[in-house]
Amino acid sequence: MRQYLIRRLFASLITLLGISVMVFGAIRLVPGDQITAQLGTEAGMLSQEQRAALERYYGLDRPPVEQYFTWLGNALQGNFGFSIRQGREVLPLIFERFPVTLELAILSVIIALVIGIPIGIIAALRRNTWIDLFGRVFSMLGLSVPNFLLGTMIIYVLSVFFGILPNSGNYVGFFDDPIKNLQQLIFPAITMGFSFAASIMRMTRSAMLEVLNESYVRTARSKGLKEQTVILRHALRNALIPVVTLIGVEFGYLLGGALITEQIFALPGIGRLAINAITQREYALVQGVALFIVINFILINFMVDIIYGFIDPRVSYDN
Amino acid sequence: MTTKSSNMPHLPKTLDTEPERQAPSFVIRLLRDRSGTVGLILVVFFTIISLLGLFEITRYPVLEQHPIDRLQAPSLDYWFGTDQFGRDTFSRIMKGGANSLQVSVISVSVSTLIGTVIGIFAGYVGGIVDTILMRIMDILFAFPSLLLALLVVTIIGAGLSSTVLAITVVYTPIFARVARGPVLSLKNAEFVTAARCLGAKDWRIIAHHIFPNMRTVLIVQVTLALSWALITEAGLSFLGLGTQPPDASWGLMLSANRGLAEIAPWLILFPALSIMLMVLGFNLLGDGLRDVLDPYLKSE
Repeated sequence: MRQYLIRRLFASLITLLGISVMVFGAIRLVPGDQITAQLGTEAGMLSQEQRAALERYYGLDRPPVEQYFTWLGNALQGNFGFSIRQGREVLPLIFERFPVTLELAILSVIIALVIGIPIGIIAALRRNTWIDLFGRVFSMLGLSVPNFLLGTMIIYVLSVFFGILPNSGNYVGFFDDPIKNLQQLIFPAITMGFSFAASIMRMTRSAMLEVLNESYVRTARSKGLKEQTVILRHALRNALIPVVTLIGVEFGYLLGGALITEQIFALPGIGRLAINAITQREYALVQGVALFIVINFILINFMVDIIYGFIDPRVSYDN
Repeated sequence: MTTKSSNMPHLPKTLDTEPERQAPSFVIRLLRDRSGTVGLILVVFFTIISLLGLFEITRYPVLEQHPIDRLQAPSLDYWFGTDQFGRDTFSRIMKGGANSLQVSVISVSVSTLIGTVIGIFAGYVGGIVDTILMRIMDILFAFPSLLLALLVVTIIGAGLSSTVLAITVVYTPIFARVARGPVLSLKNAEFVTAARCLGAKDWRIIAHHIFPNMRTVLIVQVTLALSWALITEAGLSFLGLGTQPPDASWGLMLSANRGLAEIAPWLILFPALSIMLMVLGFNLLGDGLRDVLDPYLKSE
């Protein structure tokens, strides 16, 4: 087990290093020099000395490899650079936005589980009935309706038919006013949770169908256990193992993938920060946010790998 | 034929008289599959619409403005209504479909080609080459797809060609993984060992023995990737980083007309329905193809 963890940790670190090279290199590939790209037309007003001073300040006068290692060293010490437009350091800005994205991701997962697991179980138990058909249509729709489309439709229906505007212009934190906070987050969470619920439903259904054919379920039935016990204690517990993996992987994506949903509902999370950074060409911020999102994703995957071994004793870490 | 059968009197009579029962052809099997049929119909319908849009065989020219007929509701003159510039929504849906499909087909084709070559090469050669190539693919895989696409668009700027490149970069690692898996098991299969013993060269083994056995998985993956690519293209256009105005794209139409939804709901309804149905079509077709081509992967 320990050997496996060390191996896995080492592989994750290598991936992270590769990602840091990619994120750093990506910004260097932007056509034109960084200062012009960042300052736009104002860059034309800089004198030679001012430009040289700025290049020295950002370390742009040094060779790229040296620039990379300086950037990496700073990042490891928590210094992700400075956002010119926001007038603040990148990392505190990310940490300020992260709770919104985290809360949104948690709410989306809860919605997805509450909808996806029961429908998946019932669809498997009542196979080829109308409820199974409903479940399959629901899962297919969930996989075919993109977040931005569902979000737009939710805003349209709420504003036209109920006179509510769910856009969270003045976002309120959970600890300041939990009710208002949930009112602001519930529709974005439904938007993100819908497609996730569809994946969970699909996975639960197929895992349940597989497990229900296993000999231990037949044994449980033949020794006279109540159907409820057979389903909940013997079938469901085993069927949920792949679902846990799916939750982990999807949670990683939700933490970084709320880009459009946050934009549509005007939520001040990491995703919106990333899109604004990209459209405003705030390169230090783009690098910081991208790195932060990917680190989250890798960490969560790493944790899922470990949890998987605990919940499924059949998983062997030795090979 | 008669002579041949009369020369073989020892054969059971049934074989002589009853024609051999053949497995139904691939198309018939796909048409027997309910989701496959619905998917195929949707995909064919939107492909025809998009092809007409591509060659601008539309009801009205896509960019033609009719100032008197601004924000008209759907009617016999304007089937899907008009936008704030008096442009025909139906014609723009057709052109939007052409742009979305063009981007998706080109990017998925290129990522299939590059990803499959990388996957086969990595899996077949193995060792350090495999480790390095797949580690690079893992790095690309660790990015949420839209973020990676956004990074690519940041580097090369918004537009159709950058959307193609962005989606290609996003989906190449998926195809590399999908292709590598079967190669790992196939390269040790008995028929490959036999071919190698007969002196077949590596490229011949790959082309004639390994590739034909992984075609099924790739076909299903391509169909599903087309649906994801459509979503990514629409998403990038929705954010203003894909197709640029005044050109039409479903994602762009949806985002640009959000503010008008209350007074002209058709402006978001038709692009939304088009995106949903086309993606649904590819998903259903993918499911149907998987059930027909690979019974082991059947969604049941």
